[in-house]
Amino acid sequence: MDHFETIEIKTDILILGGGMSACGAAYEAAHWAKQHNLKVTLVDKAAMDRSGAVAMGLSAINLYLGKNSLKDYVTYVKNDLMGIARDDLVANIARHVDSSVHLFEKWGLPIWKDEEGNYVKEGKWQIMIHGESYKNIVSEAAKNALKELGDNGSYYERIFITEPLMDGDRCVGATGFSVRENKFYVFRANAVLTTMGGAVHIFRPKSVGEGLGRSWYPPFNSGASAYFTIKAGAEMTSQEVRFIPVRFKDAYGPVGAWFLLFQAKARNSLGEDYMETRVAELEKWAPYGKVKPIPANLRNYLMMLDIEDGKGPIYMRTDEAIKNLLGKIEDEKEARKAKKHLESEAWEDFLDMTISQALHWASSNIMPEETPSEIAACEPYFIGSHSGASGAWVSGPEDMAPEAYKWGYGQMTTVKGLFAAGDASGASSHKFSSGSFTEGRIAAKEAIRFCVENPKVSAIQQEKIDIVKKEVLKPLEIFSNHKDYSIDPEVNPNYIKPKAFMHRLQKIMDEYAGGVSSGFKTSKAFLERGLELLTFLKEDAENLAASDLNELMRCWENKHRLAQADAHIRTLLFREETRWPGYYFRTDFPTMKEDWKCFANCRWDPESGEWEMIRREIIDLVE
Amino acid sequence: MPSFVISDKCDGCKALDKTACQHICPNDLMVLNKEINKAYNRAPEMCWECYSCVKICPTQAIEVRGYADFMPMGGVVQPLRGTDSIMWSVRFRNKQIKRFKFPIRTTPEGSAEPDAGWETGSVDLNSPLLRTEPGSLGSSELKKL
Ligand SMILES: Cc1cc2nc3c(=O)[nH]c(=O)nc-3n(C[C@H](O)[C@H](O)[C@H](O)COP(=O)(O)OP(=O)(O)OC[C@H]3O[C@@H](n4cnc5c(N)ncnc54)[C@H](O)[C@@H]3O)c2cc1C
Ligand code: SF4
Ligand code: SF4
Repeated sequence: MDHFETIEIKTDILILGGGMSACGAAYEAAHWAKQHNLKVTLVDKAAMDRSGAVAMGLSAINLYLGKNSLKDYVTYVKNDLMGIARDDLVANIARHVDSSVHLFEKWGLPIWKDEEGNYVKEGKWQIMIHGESYKNIVSEAAKNALKELGDNGSYYERIFITEPLMDGDRCVGATGFSVRENKFYVFRANAVLTTMGGAVHIFRPKSVGEGLGRSWYPPFNSGASAYFTIKAGAEMTSQEVRFIPVRFKDAYGPVGAWFLLFQAKARNSLGEDYMETRVAELEKWAPYGKVKPIPANLRNYLMMLDIEDGKGPIYMRTDEAIKNLLGKIEDEKEARKAKKHLESEAWEDFLDMTISQALHWASSNIMPEETPSEIAACEPYFIGSHSGASGAWVSGPEDMAPEAYKWGYGQMTTVKGLFAAGDASGASSHKFSSGSFTEGRIAAKEAIRFCVENPKVSAIQQEKIDIVKKEVLKPLEIFSNHKDYSIDPEVNPNYIKPKAFMHRLQKIMDEYAGGVSSGFKTSKAFLERGLELLTFLKEDAENLAASDLNELMRCWENKHRLAQADAHIRTLLFREETRWPGYYFRTDFPTMKEDWKCFANCRWDPESGEWEMIRREIIDLVE
Repeated sequence: MPSFVISDKCDGCKALDKTACQHICPNDLMVLNKEINKAYNRAPEMCWECYSCVKICPTQAIEVRGYADFMPMGGVVQPLRGTDSIMWSVRFRNKQIKRFKFPIRTTPEGSAEPDAGWETGSVDLNSPLLRTEPGSLGSSELKKL
């Protein structure tokens, strides 16, 4: 691929991704880099103003501590994850998160206030925002921070990161390519921080035609973080803990405001509330079944049981909720005003973060005060920053983490010089937008400390770079070598196009690893068969073909997805119990087991190409 | 179609080197057809209906037609985004119309000042305090477990 120019960029800190964590990282890194005369470089596959999960905006900030105690929050998160969480990581993010939220507000994010000037709460830890421009504001602050560094601060957009650059056991940079022009990029760095989000389109979505892109999780986050850390040889954690949200059916609009703010109930077609009728089931999942709020996966599970029993569809009773809220107001004029206000709040909730849902209501003539709306479980996603937990196993904070959780710099993976935050780091769920930004800040400060204390950047040999470049561009070469063999370049026995590849991956995962069509159920036999099929797919990944730069990106997205799928299946297989019914169910091990109250970790060895499965202890910092 | 471009309204961003919709789409779907100098969504089935392209288009040439898989025809949701607020018009299948206006930011565009007036309490890289802390925390020190 001679016509691809190689661009080399040298930096001290390399931030991969441009989402919430990356913006937090750039913001924080700029400050400390200035004091130590270091260079900071950020690389995003899209435009930071609207990249990542917050592209559309958000209507709530789901983590704000306010007057709550740190202990309460840590207890809540761990219970929600059925006992599996790193208290040190969760607490560290939470003790800093309010600082980030206060910065957002100063930068211009409108946060709802009550009459006394306090933030309006959606739940105990959630506050409401007018968040259409959330991402624009946060990325503006990150860019302004980089500007403070002059020539030492820069960001690159529309560069797709493919691989880690390794020097023995140390990560010393990354490679990628421009999706706009024929340029191959080599970023050499002293410390690398990966924040490239979670993964979707690993499982088959419920809509498979034009609606394929309407996954709850954004189709542009495709497992780059997982691939990057796995490929570098980092230990990964909680790869089995996928997230399945329950949302308004099909358009996947948020339900949080309806449940929490408007106090709506979900009922089956018989008018029953499964949270009441199935309360006995929760006993089986004690102690977590008995905590309040009830863990997300158990709430899902109760609903799924209703569906299995033929009691669906399930409706969010928006009509009842509005009646209850307005019923208390006697004055007619006041009631009309209150209704208008409520209506505006309800629509803003969609318009700020899932516009499709507003469109769905408009297309279906839904007036929430009259017509209840169906809710349903989505397909599985990998989003360690939300109510999933998958990500890299990272070192804890110096002043909080127990010895077993500490091996160097905070947020550093088990690979020297490689840091992770947001969806890229695991076992610290419920950080959400504000916590991801905050974790990016924590990681960046630690990455700077790493650079100051380990200043030497090694030189990678040119031959090694040449090999990687050939590998990265291979799909273009395969296409150009074989395209003329058949009349229709889409159907050609010499290669596989990324779209076909993605559908094949989705089918395997859906049918063998407990996707939608298998009712989220799986077993040893299914998982082992799934792995066999995945092995063929892995071999065929060598024959991915791309006709242009856009397809080259799609090829790499799928290579990334494959690594996430592989780690997922192996960890589902490893953990011989069912701990998160409602996320997945092992039919051969249908109950929760005390001896599996541990982290299920895994590591792919870059030398041997073998996977190792590892149990890690849960160390409680709160009872 | 998810997002689609109305032929008459798109002017190809006046042949600038980068069109607005192509610049912003987080999934890199919008491209310019150079022959007719108009943009289009190259993979509607990979569109998130995030409206980033709709909001940024200077000629309001982009709209969204809901995913054909499950949305009945006829609904339209269209924004007009200003510097401090956004106006939405929602047209139902039965032609009823609702309009909403929401604030989007409280400061002028470009003005986000990183430190926002707070000082950083420590210059020590080993201190757990982050940039602007403890000032920005709203309390004098970090919470403890
Ligand atoms: C539908 C939805 C609703 C949510 N609602 C809320 C809410 O109400 N409140 C709340 O607080 N949080 C909410 N969240 C959670 C929040 O959005 C995430 O926690 C947060 O965005 C995670 O930050 P991140 O930096 O890890 O990933 P992201 O913000 O998603 O950023 C990922 C970045 O990586 C880039 N990238 C990906 N692959 C590559 C590659 N190969 N090369 C280069 N760059 C790459 C992307 O372009 C993007 O810039 C929601 C999330 C979703 C999906
Ligand atoms: S932003 Fe609007 S005017 Fe510009 S190319 Fe895109 S559709 Fe056409
Ligand atoms: S709606 Fe969003 S995902 Fe779809 S084309 Fe526009 S910017 Fe891209």
